[in-house]
Order: sequence, then C-alpha cells, then structure tokens
Amino acid sequence: MLNRGRNIEKGRVITRRMFILAAAKILLFAGISSRLYNLQISDREKYEILSDKNRIREWKTPPQRGIIVDNFNKVLASNDRVFQLHLILDEINDFDLTIFKIKNIIGLDQFQIKKLYKKKERLKPWDTLVVSDNLTWEQFSKINLYLHELEGAKPVLSTSRFYPYSNDLVHIVGYVGDASPKDIEKPEIKENFVPGIKVGKYGIEKSQEKFLIGNYGIKRYEVNASGKRISQIDYIKERQGDKVSLTIDIEIQKYAQELLKGKAGSISVMDIYTGEIVAMASSPTYDPNKFTHGINQKDWQEIRNNPLKPLINKSIAGLYSPGSTFKPIVALAALEYGTIDPNKTIRCKGHKHPYELYGVKYHCWKKEGHGYMKLRNAIKQSCDIYFYEMARLLGVDKLSIIAKRYGLGKNVLGEIYNDEKNGLVPNTKWKRNALEQSWYLGETVINGIGQGYIQTTPLQLCLMTAQIANGGYKIKPHIIKDNSINYKDVINKIKLEQTSYPLHERNYLDEINFGYYQRMYHKKSNIDFIIDAMFGSTNEQFGTSFRSRYDDPKYQFAGKTGTSQVRRITDLDRELDLDTEQIEYKKRDHALYIAFAPYKDPRYAISVIIEHGGSGSKAAAPLASKLIKKIIDRHKLREQFNSGNTSLA
Amino acid sequence: MLRERIQASNYSFLDKLKSIDYLLILLIIAIGSISVFAIYSTEGGKFSFYTKNHIIRLSIFFSLFLALSFVRVSTWYKNAYLFYFVGLILLLIVLFFGISASGATRWLNLYFLNLQPSELMKIAIILCFARYYHRIQSSDIQSYKYLVQPVILLIIPCYLVIQQPDLGTSILIAGSGIAIIWLAGINIKYFVYSGLLLLVSLPFAISILKPYQKSRILTFFNPDRDPLGAGYQIIQSKIAIGSGGFFGKGFLKGTQSYLEFLPEKHTDFIFTLFSEEFGFLGSIILLFLYILLIYRIINVGLVSRSFFAKLYCFGFATAIFLYVFVNIAMVLGMLPIVGAPLPIMSYGGSSLLSIMLGLSIVMSCKIYNQEQISVY
Repeated sequence: MLNRGRNIEKGRVITRRMFILAAAKILLFAGISSRLYNLQISDREKYEILSDKNRIREWKTPPQRGIIVDNFNKVLASNDRVFQLHLILDEINDFDLTIFKIKNIIGLDQFQIKKLYKKKERLKPWDTLVVSDNLTWEQFSKINLYLHELEGAKPVLSTSRFYPYSNDLVHIVGYVGDASPKDIEKPEIKENFVPGIKVGKYGIEKSQEKFLIGNYGIKRYEVNASGKRISQIDYIKERQGDKVSLTIDIEIQKYAQELLKGKAGSISVMDIYTGEIVAMASSPTYDPNKFTHGINQKDWQEIRNNPLKPLINKSIAGLYSPGSTFKPIVALAALEYGTIDPNKTIRCKGHKHPYELYGVKYHCWKKEGHGYMKLRNAIKQSCDIYFYEMARLLGVDKLSIIAKRYGLGKNVLGEIYNDEKNGLVPNTKWKRNALEQSWYLGETVINGIGQGYIQTTPLQLCLMTAQIANGGYKIKPHIIKDNSINYKDVINKIKLEQTSYPLHERNYLDEINFGYYQRMYHKKSNIDFIIDAMFGSTNEQFGTSFRSRYDDPKYQFAGKTGTSQVRRITDLDRELDLDTEQIEYKKRDHALYIAFAPYKDPRYAISVIIEHGGSGSKAAAPLASKLIKKIIDRHKLREQFNSGNTSLA
Repeated sequence: MLRERIQASNYSFLDKLKSIDYLLILLIIAIGSISVFAIYSTEGGKFSFYTKNHIIRLSIFFSLFLALSFVRVSTWYKNAYLFYFVGLILLLIVLFFGISASGATRWLNLYFLNLQPSELMKIAIILCFARYYHRIQSSDIQSYKYLVQPVILLIIPCYLVIQQPDLGTSILIAGSGIAIIWLAGINIKYFVYSGLLLLVSLPFAISILKPYQKSRILTFFNPDRDPLGAGYQIIQSKIAIGSGGFFGKGFLKGTQSYLEFLPEKHTDFIFTLFSEEFGFLGSIILLFLYILLIYRIINVGLVSRSFFAKLYCFGFATAIFLYVFVNIAMVLGMLPIVGAPLPIMSYGGSSLLSIMLGLSIVMSCKIYNQEQISVY
C-alpha cells in the first residue's frame, strides 16, 4: 500500500511538472507567433522592399543623342552605326583566356589590354565590359566568325556621334567625348547619365546638352543570388535627345571654311534683321570625329602644337584690334554728337608731315598722304589723319557709348560658347578702374583708328556691321533657331520705321539700354551717311576695297577694310616700307574686312579677319567678295525655306 | 510479471486498432503532405531528386511507424538501455569512420542511407531516461547517486556529438534529457544551481567553441556584422519571411527561394520557404499543427498507466517542442543558427527516421496504455 501511495505521488509530480513545461511551451510558441506577426505584418513593407532589391536589378540603356541640323535641316551631327564588342562578365569563366583570344582576333596592343583590366576592376561582376566601341567591319566580322569560341563576347551594333562635315563645323557644333567626373556633376548629365555615354565637350554639343542628351531607358531583370539574369520584368524605352536646329547654312559655312584654308582667321556672316548667324568659320580647324572614341596622342599633339592654334574659335574667342573697320563707328559717333560737320576739310600730308599732338607724331597709313579730305572721303579712303582729329574732338567716352551700343565690347552669343570673349571698348572710367591710370588724349587719337586698348572679336564686328546696315536697329544675334521670333514681322517693322522717320522718344545720346528691334540712332541721316560712305569705300575709285567690288546691283556690297597692327610701327619700318611677304609671319598685320550686301536693300553682314594677312584690302576683302556672291545666290532659297517653315509652324 | 503477461495477452487485435490515436496519424499525414509540397517548391516546382527521395522516405518511415506501433511498450522498456548503448557505439564509430561533409563528421554510410546516429540518440536518451526514472522511488530521486548517474549518461553522448561537431543536435539531446530529469521530479534548486553554473562557465564554454560556432553566435547578436558572410543566412531568411506578408507570395512563387537567395532551403530553412510562400496565415496553421501533435502526445502520456510511458511521452513531446521551437526561432533570427531540422518538414533521412521511431513508441504507449510495467 505504501508503495502504491508513493506511486500515486510520483505520478502526480510527473503530471504537475508536465503542465509547468506545457505552460512554458505555450509561452514560447506565443513568442514565435508574435515574432512572425512582427516580421510578416508590421514590417512587411520593409522586407518586401528588401526582397525586391534582392531580386530585381536595373540596367540603364543609353539613349541616342539628339541630332543637330542646319537651317535647311541638313544633318550636321548624326548618330552613325558602329560595331562594338562587349563582354558579359558573369558569363566568362576565364577572363584572361578570353582577352587573349580577343587580342589575337582583333589585335589589341599591350596598352589597350592594360586599360581593359583597369576598366574591369571598376565594374561589378554582372556588368558589361566594352572592349572596343568602334571596331572596323573587318574586325567585327572576324569576331562573329570566332564567336563560338569566345565565352561572354557580344558583338553589338550601336550608334555613335558622327559629324559628316567634320572639319567645317567643329568650332560651331563642337564635339563629344567620354564624360569626365566634372561633367557627371552637371545636373543635366547627372540625371541622364549612363556609363559609357558620350557628352558634349564644346560648342553646341556642350551648351545644348540638356536637349541633346535624351533620357536613358531602364531594363529591369529578375536576377538570382549569383547575379544571373532570369527574366526581363520591365523595359522603359530610352528617349532620343531633341533635335537642335541651327541658323547656319552649311553650304556657306563650307565655302567660308574653304576660303580660309591654309590661313589663320575667321569669317562671320549674319542676317542683319533677324540676327541669325549664317556662317561662322574659324581657321585652321580639326576633325571632331577623332574625339568621339578618344583622340590618340599623335593627333592630339598635332592639333595642340599647330602654331595657327586650331583649338581657338577665332570668331568669338579671337581678340583683334578692329583697325580701320572701327572707323564707321567713330564717324557715326562724331556725327551723332555733332562733333564734326561732314564737310569739314582736313589735309593729310603724308609721312613727312604727320599729325602731331603734344610732340607725339601720328602717321597715316598712306606714305604720300591723302591730301584734302572731307568725312565721306576719309571713310572711303580710310584716312587716318582725319580720324585722329575727329577722335580728339569727340573724346573717348562718347565714342565708347556708341561703340558698345552697336555691339562691341560684349560677348554676342551669351551662354552658348563658354570661351566667347567680351573684348574691350575702353573709356576713361575703365582705365581708371582697371589700370588705375588716367586717360591720355593720345590714346583717344589712336582709338580713333581702332588701335590701342580696343579689342573686338570678329563676330562683334559682324554684329556692328549688321546693326549699321539695318539702319541702326538693335537685333538679337543667335545661332540656334528661335521659333519665338516672327522674322517677317521683325523685318517689316524695321523697314517701315526706316522710311517713316520716327520721332525722338528718348535722348539717344545718353548711355541707355535698348530692346531688341528698337532704333539706336539719334539722327537717321547719320546712319545713312555712314552706309553711303561705306558704299563709296567699295564701289568708287580710290575706295580701299574697290578692286573687290561687283557692278551687278544684285551682288553689289558696301564695306570697310581694316589693317590691324600687331606691334608698334617704328620709323625704321616706315623707311623700309616692306611688302607683307617680306615681314616675319608673326609680325605681319592682321587683315580685316567688314561689309554688308546687297547694297540696295541689304540683308547680310559679313566680317573677315585673316591673321597676319597684311592689308585688309588685299587679303580680306577679296574673300568677302567671293563669299558675298555665294550668300546672295542662296538668299532666295533661304527665304523660301524659312517662310515655308514659319507658315508650317 | 504474471499480471503483466495476462494483461498484455488480453489485447485483441480489434482492441489495438480501436485504441490507435487516429488524430495523431492524421496530424502526421498532414504535416508530411505539407512537407512534400514545401520540398517540391524548393526544387522550383520540378518533381525531381529531393521531392522523390522525400516521398519515398516518408512512405517507408510511415509504414515503419505503423508497424512498430504494435510493438509492446514493455519491449521498448526492456530494450531502452540497449538502444542507448547502441546509439553510443554508433556515435563512437562515427567519430572514427564517419563521412564528412562541410567540415563536420556526422554520418555513417549504410549504402541505402547515410545514417546520422546523433539523430537516433535524440530518441535513445528519452527512452533511456524514461526507463531510468521509471524504477526509482520518488523518495530516492533526490539522492546524489541518482543525481550523478543520469548526468553522466547525458554528458557522454552530448560530448560525442559536439566533437563531430554538431552543436545544435547536442543541445537538443541535452534539452530532451534535462526535460525528463525535470519531469521525474528533481528538486528545482538543482536546476537553479546548474543554471547559475552555466552562466558563470559561459565565457569558458565560448572559448572552447570552434571559430565558426563563435561567429554564428556573434552574428546572431548582430547579423549586419557580416551581411555577405556569416550574417547572410539569417538576413535572407528574415527578408523571405517578412516579404511573405499575411497571405504569402503563393505556392512556387517564393522569389527568395527560387532565385537562390535562401541557403539550405530544404533542410534547416524549410520553414522560411514555407512562410514566404504561405505567409503569416500558413505559418500559424503549421505551428498549430505542431501544437496539436504535441498535445496528442501529451494526451497519450496522460492516459498511460506506467511511469515509463508517461515519462517517455511527456519527454518526447518536450523534445518535439524543442526541435520545432529551436528551428523556427532560429530562422526568425531569435536564436543563433545552430543547425536543427524542423521535424517531418525538413529533408533528411535520419531526422525523419528518429521522429517516426519516436512517434511509433508514443503510439505503442497508446495502444498498450493499460500495460503495467514491473520495476524489475
């Protein structure tokens, strides 16, 4: 019985302890359930995101760059088909072997192979390595032939930037290249960046990046733990960049470039009403296509070491003393301020009796002198003595007001080219601030013939000419087509005003700002006088560009030559009186020419600069003359095309 | 002895069939079926190697379970020590002749099956202790002699298993043994003392752990310490479970699993896969099935007359609980990753065999529940 009692006790202990254990189990299971609740219900979103992050990987696909076209929709920058070789890294077992095979097939040198290994180090194991982005057809077909032996190799048909007019446009359109770390920081590139994408490095390509770059596409793949693509989930197509239309006429541009061949210099052509830049040539030039896939050292050194400096866009970044091409502005200023009566006569007596001021002698360019000159004749024959005296009477501050008003001393295209120069139109205030010196009257005198401190770019001279030729109206120069401007209205408004003699609205002699398409002159007759004098300079005997004239009124133009000294002319030089060819290249004068055409009802302004070309009449004016014929010949076509376009829009 | 024989012979076959716990069988079939679907899903919805093998093993071991259910409980009692010693010998053989895989020597090659003796030891220790305490009077139970003997019996297999090394199984064996010592009625103070001792000796214990075991424990406390190395499994497991949500991603749609982010998905992490595909709802249902299973086993203990049967059933129920708890807590990131399979669900012959064997003993306790077992 005792035994039995003990047994009952033992059974109770076991059962009791079992229940304690069971209670513990229930508690622990409750713990598990609450943990499950936390993970699967409270934190579900967090883990869903993590799971998607695990399984979904995105590949960005590069967009095609927007094309660039000229005024006639001719393609200036296109996307050409190129043959590329890509390596899918996660499909390769033996990278060294694959590279070795590829090396034998397409012929890579040691340097290129080193570069590939470096590139690979920066890539993730599931990335694509671009072995070559520009294979020849021969290499490409060879790769395809041996493809079965190359694991992970993928021949790809892709596109890359191509400039069909290569050298003729590089200073306008620019070129593309691999994005530098600095490029990638720019917002428009950062937002649309895909590894391997080419970005604008200069010119339109660079400044219009936000339009040209387009938007990348996204391919979403489901991948497994080792990064292998399992299936494509999603594909957002890439969007090609926008088309950028320029105002350039490629035919005129090409011809201008041809005229400059072998010389250092610039030609700019502008529509005097619309402000459209029709051509903007700079010489020498280089091939932008060489930059697309990375320029090689030899070509780069060749461009860099060329003494004629092809990398400088001379039309906007070349600074020159305007020389006598500045004279129309000096004369206009003097007329506007009433400093001079156009009938005032001054005698130019040649080198033996130069102009003298406080004991300093100022010579005319013409050794034997011009004799008695009135203003019109002084412009026509470009007599320096007349302008010395006129500048002295006018004063540099009044001159600078008018010079700035007509487009000098300030960059023309604003933001489009980051290397565009402002130039310099000096006045007393500027000298005090910049050089902390007071102004000397002698400086005013040489300023009167466009020498001294004054510095202009060829495009500024072209704008100046255009704004004189259109009767003294401010225009908006631009190189990218601006659909917001109705050119017909603009032309009609200006032409109507030219004949209707509008009343004075404000004091046109003050330093004031003008809106676009507003008159800038004080008296219309003054502008007319300058235009007429420029006509004389080209079309009348003794005019400095008489030899380059056209008698046919269709092509007839009016212009002004200029010869800009690059150094001080000494008495010895004057005595020697050497021909241009006899002087050392670096010491020769720059030859300049500005003109507008046709003389009756003008429409285009042109500026020509030939560095170290000698005299403007011999080196620059003949080029302008040839180009003007081409411009006039193409005018009708341009007019038709543009009006057709505006009516469509 | 005589009475025992008479009573045993009194069971007719019909009586035996009647006293079978059909709910228990149903639960085994239910969890078994779920496991087939889960293993099928780990293979990406293809009926291949693992699924086939798992089905074959399930059917063989289930038949074995049914057959062994009719073995008298007294037979299990008589052979309990033998079972334990065979288990020990197998563990010794493993130590010298075992097959190695991923740095551990745990298996014996039996040609048709790679046997993992430590799994059998899980059952053997329960049987052994059930028998040991069956015969001890409650008045003697607190004596030092009866205190030291079971501790030695427990330490030997645990030590052998740790040597393999297999910390997880060793802990489970120890846990099951301690559970029975507890059930037998040892004074609570001993548990408190040894608990304190364990805490004090923890630094020393950690110092003798293998580097990978240490890193697992460190990783448990901070999985982000090494997200691609030691912490990878637990991070991926939590992502899989968490992203399952309430209803789960759907059968065969567990992306974490079929894209191979989940490690060891057919063995230790089978619950993760199940939970990812069937969500909170499915997980709770599965958990409930396990609770029912444990409840049924306890129930058999409650209706059994002998201490041996009671101790065995309560002990085995606790063991099942421990296996389930350790496995799920581990994949949920509540415990360090120690390598413990989920009963019936996980792919693995030895684990399945030992569970089925254990269940058949439970069933035999049920069928012969009126059987009195003599102390001698």
